[in-house]
Amino acid sequence: MYKFDFAPVFASFGHLLDGAAVTMELSCGAMLIGLVISILCAAAKTSRIAPLVWIVNVYVEVIRNTPFLIQIFFIYFGLPAAGISFNPNTAALVALTVNVGAYGTEIIRAGIESIQRGQIEAGIALGLKPVQIFRYVILKPALRTVYPALTSQFIFLMLTSSVVSVISATDLAAAGNDVQSETFASFEVYLVVTAMYLVMSSVLSVFFSAIQRMAFRYPLSR
Amino acid sequence: MIRPFGWNEFELILFAVRWTIVLTVMAFVGGGIGGLVVALLRTSDNRVARAVMIVFIRIFQGTPLLMQLFLAYFGMTIFGFNVNPLVAAMIALTAHASAYLGEIWRGCIEAVPSGQGEAATALGLRYFNRMRYVVLPQAARIAVPSTVGFLVQLLKETSLASIIGFVELTRQAQIIDSVTFRPFLVFSIVAAIYFAMCWPLSLAARRLERKFAHATAR
Repeated sequence: MYKFDFAPVFASFGHLLDGAAVTMELSCGAMLIGLVISILCAAAKTSRIAPLVWIVNVYVEVIRNTPFLIQIFFIYFGLPAAGISFNPNTAALVALTVNVGAYGTEIIRAGIESIQRGQIEAGIALGLKPVQIFRYVILKPALRTVYPALTSQFIFLMLTSSVVSVISATDLAAAGNDVQSETFASFEVYLVVTAMYLVMSSVLSVFFSAIQRMAFRYPLSR
Repeated sequence: MIRPFGWNEFELILFAVRWTIVLTVMAFVGGGIGGLVVALLRTSDNRVARAVMIVFIRIFQGTPLLMQLFLAYFGMTIFGFNVNPLVAAMIALTAHASAYLGEIWRGCIEAVPSGQGEAATALGLRYFNRMRYVVLPQAARIAVPSTVGFLVQLLKETSLASIIGFVELTRQAQIIDSVTFRPFLVFSIVAAIYFAMCWPLSLAARRLERKFAHATAR
C-alpha cells in the first residue's frame, strides 16, 4: 500500500507560494492588457469599417479555434525563427494576453450589442459627442452586463495559465514541477498544487461576486 | 542531424490527428454519460446528491485540466496500475467533461418550464418516464448549441494530453520540430489543422444558437 508523504512538499511550500504569486501576476497582467485589446477590437468590430472588422474577425477566430498550448509554442519557439524572441515569463504573458484578448472581444461585443438602438439615439438627441456616446451610453452599461462573463473568463485564464509551465515559465505549475523533480513525491506535489489552484479560483470567485454586489447594485433596467 | 521538413514529416503530423479525434470522441462520449448523471443528480430532490455534485463541479471547474491530468497520471501508479498516458488522459478528460457538461445541461434542464414536469407528474408519470419523455427531450433542444461549443473547447484541451506524453497531434508536432528545427512552420501547420477541425464546429454552434434564439423570440 502506498504511503502518502506530504512532508517534503510542505518543506518547499515557499517555492510553491512564489509560483502562485507569478501565476497571479501573469493572469492579472494578461487580463488588464487583454481587456484594453478587447475593448479596442470590439469597438473596431462594431465600427463597420470593412478591413478593421476583417482583421479583428481573423484574430478572434484563429485564437478561439486553436489550443492555447499551440499558441504558446508558436510564440516561444516559432517566433524566434522570425527574429522575435522573449524570455519564458514574457512569452507567457504575451500568449495569455493575446489569448484572453480574443475571448474578451467576443464578450464585450456581445455586451455592446445588448445596448438597444434607442439608447444611442437618445444619446445623439442629448447632443453627446460620438466618443461620449461610446463611453457613457455603450461601454459602461455594456461592461455591467458582461461583468459576470468577464470574471469567469478571468478565472478560466488563471487556470489556463498553468500551461505556461511547459515553456519553463516560473508559475505555480512550474514550481510544482520543480518540487516534483526534487522530492519524487509526484502525486502529493500535484495534489497540493491543485488544492492551491482551487483556493485561488474560489477566493477570486467570492471576491468578484462581492464587487458585483457593491459596484452594480442599482437596478439594471427601469 | 537535422532532417529537412518534407512531405513525409507533413504526413506524420497529419496522421497524428486520428489520436486527437479518438481522445476527443472518447472524452465526449464518457463526459456525455457522466454529464447526464451529474446534471440529473444536480437537479434532483435529494439534497445530499445535489451537494456532492456541487462539490464535484466546483473541483473540476476550479482547477486546471493540466493538474487533473497529472493527478490521473501519477495517481495510476499509486493505485497499482501501469502508467498509461492514454488511460490517464481518458480518465482526466472524462471527469473534466462530465463536470462541464453536467453544469451546462443542468442549466438546460432548469430552463424547461416547471409546468411541464408538473403536468407529467399530474399524468401519473414517475421520475424516469417524466425525465425520459417530457423534460429531457425539451432540454436537449436547448442544449445543442452550448454542447457543440463545449466540444470545441474539449477538442482544443486534448492537446494537453501531450504534456503527459501521449502522442497526439501536438506531441507529434513537437517530435517533428525537434528533428527538423522548423518551429515556425511546424506549429503554423498544427495550428491550421486544429483550426480546420474547430472552426466548422464553432460556426455550427453559432448558427444553432441564432436559430434557437430566433425560434424562442417573443
